[in-house]
Amino acid sequence: MFSTLGKVAVEMVERGVLVEVSDLDSRFPDRILRQPGGEALRACFQCGLCTASCPISLIDSRYSPRRVIKRALLGMREQVLSNKFIWLCSVCFLCQERCPQDVRPPEVMTVLKNMAVKAGILPPGVAKIMGVFKTTGRLYPIDDFTADEREELGLPRIQEEQESVKRILGG
Amino acid sequence: MRYVLFFGCTIPARTLDYELSSRKILKALGIETVDLDFGCCGFPIEAVDEEKALTLSASNLALAESRGLDILTLCNACTEMLAKAKLALEEDERRLGRVNRVLRDRLGLEYGGGVRVRHLTRVLYEEYGVDRIKESVSRPLIGLNVAVHYGCHYMRPSRIYKEFDDPEFPESLDRLVEATGAESLEYKNKMACCGGGVLNIDEEVAVEMAKMKLEPLSRRGVDALVLICPFCGIMYSRYQRLILEEGSEIPVIYYPQLLGLALGLGPEELGFQLNMMDVEGLLEKLGV
Repeated sequence: MFSTLGKVAVEMVERGVLVEVSDLDSRFPDRILRQPGGEALRACFQCGLCTASCPISLIDSRYSPRRVIKRALLGMREQVLSNKFIWLCSVCFLCQERCPQDVRPPEVMTVLKNMAVKAGILPPGVAKIMGVFKTTGRLYPIDDFTADEREELGLPRIQEEQESVKRILGG
Repeated sequence: MRYVLFFGCTIPARTLDYELSSRKILKALGIETVDLDFGCCGFPIEAVDEEKALTLSASNLALAESRGLDILTLCNACTEMLAKAKLALEEDERRLGRVNRVLRDRLGLEYGGGVRVRHLTRVLYEEYGVDRIKESVSRPLIGLNVAVHYGCHYMRPSRIYKEFDDPEFPESLDRLVEATGAESLEYKNKMACCGGGVLNIDEEVAVEMAKMKLEPLSRRGVDALVLICPFCGIMYSRYQRLILEEGSEIPVIYYPQLLGLALGLGPEELGFQLNMMDVEGLLEKLGV
């Protein structure tokens, strides 16, 4: 009986997704709460102002910060962390400005993304950037062409690689 | 007024026109600046490891503090990261201690909390002042109609930018444009996000977002789209060719390029030759 109720509750979140209550991770919301930026998760009362304000939702209506937060609160760890949508937040902060409960959805998304990475999920675009970033200490390395162009314009020389960044990233 | 310049990763590699024109107008206005060997603000790694991103931000705050200088930024993302880190370290002593241990061990630095972070145009608006800019203008850009784009991180999240511009209806950049003699137009989707934040996740979605601004703007007809962030610059100029048809392109420039013209500087010293979109019409209209 309890299991059936669980299924119904989750089905209300998104039609077509059925989850056994036993598959829910009841400690998941608390893990989010303990991370910087996730503290106010439980204050969400699902008003949906975040999704209504979201520029990504406007382009792809399947993306809904409200739904991501609801699923996180229900403990749907797997579904939340493996879903591309947590990576689709453009971090425009419009929802954060408008949220009546000060939940800070973009910061919650950052917490979830960090958790996904720890669980071994890294989108290819991010993995590519991280490769360059970790080896050079820069988002865009200064190649010979750029170095020459800078010199021609009379702009100061900059090092090809950024040691201080590599030192912080290392280990 | 003395600042240390923070360019970040994108500007010195991808938008040299923005760097060049910023250096030129700061000099022309008599705002003293120095360069330091800063590292990345942490933005690229925040999604992967927020604590490392905070540590990277803090390393830059600490470096500026060691020279007793406030930071002047040009990129909205860097501005947001550094200002957010400053607040996070103020609010949480334990995090400050943890971050400082890493900074001491790996870089011999320590952050004490005494650095201010300001975007170039915020400095111009709040400290230098619109009136003084008006007084410095020698070539008023009369008859020029431009559209300004603030970029989300310029004034959001408002909790880290206390007492600055309105998070949804900002006006500082409009006033700075008007100080040059040009007109800043109201237009559809003025506050739309450029989409740069999801470019490495889903290029199609990012381009759709850039399109939301560029398409109506191109129908409206403007002399230029004026920006203050290199990420927005990449979205609105590099991706513009995928969005707008030939003949309907919008010249994309940075605010210091616009201000530089008004201060009497030449297009070449302001990097107009590097612009990805055609700026000839714009310069002809001004007779420069």
